[in-house]
Amino acid sequence: MEYISNLFVNLGNSWTALLSSFLPSWAVTLVNHLVVAVLLVLMPVIATLTLTVMERKVIARIQNRIGPNRVGPWGIFQAIPDAIKLLTKEDIVPERADKPVFNLAPLLIFVGAALLWAVIPFGRGVIGQDLNVGVLYLVAVGSISTIAIIMAGWSSNNKFALVGAFRIVAQLLSYEVPMVLSMAAVVVLVGTMKMGEIVEIQTIPFGLVLPAAFITYILAAAAETGRAPFDLVEADSEIVAGYFIEYSGLKFGWFYIAEYGNLLAVSAIASTLFLGGWRGPFADQWPVLGPLYFSIKTILIVFLLMWIRGTWPRFRIDQMLALAWKVLVPLGLFNLLWVAAVVKLPVAVGLQWLLVLAGNVVAIMVTLTLMGQAAKRYAAARGVASAA
Amino acid sequence: MEQIFFILLGLWTLGAALLVVTTRNLLHAALWLIAAFFGIAGIFILLQAEFLAVVQVLIYIGAISTLIIFAIMLTRRLMDPQQPRFNSQWGLVGGFAALLFVGLAAVVTRVAWPVAAGAAVADPIGRLGADFVGPYTVPFEVASVLLVAAMIGAIIIARERE
Repeated sequence: MEYISNLFVNLGNSWTALLSSFLPSWAVTLVNHLVVAVLLVLMPVIATLTLTVMERKVIARIQNRIGPNRVGPWGIFQAIPDAIKLLTKEDIVPERADKPVFNLAPLLIFVGAALLWAVIPFGRGVIGQDLNVGVLYLVAVGSISTIAIIMAGWSSNNKFALVGAFRIVAQLLSYEVPMVLSMAAVVVLVGTMKMGEIVEIQTIPFGLVLPAAFITYILAAAAETGRAPFDLVEADSEIVAGYFIEYSGLKFGWFYIAEYGNLLAVSAIASTLFLGGWRGPFADQWPVLGPLYFSIKTILIVFLLMWIRGTWPRFRIDQMLALAWKVLVPLGLFNLLWVAAVVKLPVAVGLQWLLVLAGNVVAIMVTLTLMGQAAKRYAAARGVASAA
Repeated sequence: MEQIFFILLGLWTLGAALLVVTTRNLLHAALWLIAAFFGIAGIFILLQAEFLAVVQVLIYIGAISTLIIFAIMLTRRLMDPQQPRFNSQWGLVGGFAALLFVGLAAVVTRVAWPVAAGAAVADPIGRLGADFVGPYTVPFEVASVLLVAAMIGAIIIARERE
């Protein structure tokens, strides 16, 4: 019973003890690091195999269809034939492509998606490496994919690919700012960048303390993963498929895996920073429940992003940029300033959190009022009937 | 062990830097520059300066390299191997570059850098942050003013004339 209550950490300890019985200590460290690395690198692949089916099912239900239902019960094995189909496709490299760059881009984008998992806490003590720069590490690793996308778009020697790459770079750079601001609000509130400690301090999910930062993060995450309504980077009707138009077979597969790996990773980060990560009822007595709660919260955020994708119309590029720079960045800046001022007040932590919440609610209300006024002005200037 | 990694990273960085200036394709030069930045980030990690390593990746690879690539894509004839590598100012610029190298080398070798014995401090990031707003407030603020000035300048240049 004792063993099961903290199953994952105990399993790890038993494994280490088993290895130490016949290996020197440096070899044990090496083997353990390799095993953890392989497990974490597999996360994007696991994400692709599960989330593609989930996405098709969810979108199908939203559109009043059934979705995949042929392979396995309720079609849950649909991803396997899809993957086999992708593997058997011919590998095509455009004749005038910049070949080394063209071949390196899919690899680099996958590396960026896989590295994110190193600092994500699945449970108490179940974390790849609790870096003391954890949150900043996530932001830095996320920026590697920008380079990979430019490389893919440029080296394909295709106009649509290059336009798609330019669009996505503009989008990624713009939405990185509100994303970092919302993460910084959490970091300032808890006073640490360690992902593990952020969860330890979160007795109340920070989504309830910092709702403005939470909403900003979800919107920025939808943009960073290039999903609808921010999918103008790969809009079929405008630029065919965007930066990976010339890729086929497994090289296309790497982009696909990175996309779904990033989707799961941003959801996991959101549940760590704003929903309390592995915290939940009885998680303190039974740490084995931690990863379960963490998975449930992560899947809920994934579902939310899929819901947004299934129901919102696509943005135009100027609207996309305006939302980032004129709405989310000022909101994030105010939020950060407010949190930084409140944590310096000499009052109890509970009262500080209440003040932060009050500031957040006011900020959201002011933002919505200003957006409503802007919409009315827009409607009046063009002679369109206003909604209000 | 650390020595081996340092030598490998140093060779990697130097090799990539050399390719930046010798390759004829400007976009490849930018990509080799990114490789060199990664090497430097690795050296920071060897020195147990995780914060600097992460900031190196975030700023130099995530932001500055992207801007360099954008700038390259806006230049004319970037893929033309017939382009001359030097223009009439190469002597002047080379002289300044050599002077800068001599100056930096003199500073690095002559100054007795204070080296604290033992392991790194327990909370290096907290220490860094406290120092930025403590003893080093003025340089920190001067850097901020510089960045704000650059940003305002960029906005004024990019603005449409009315």
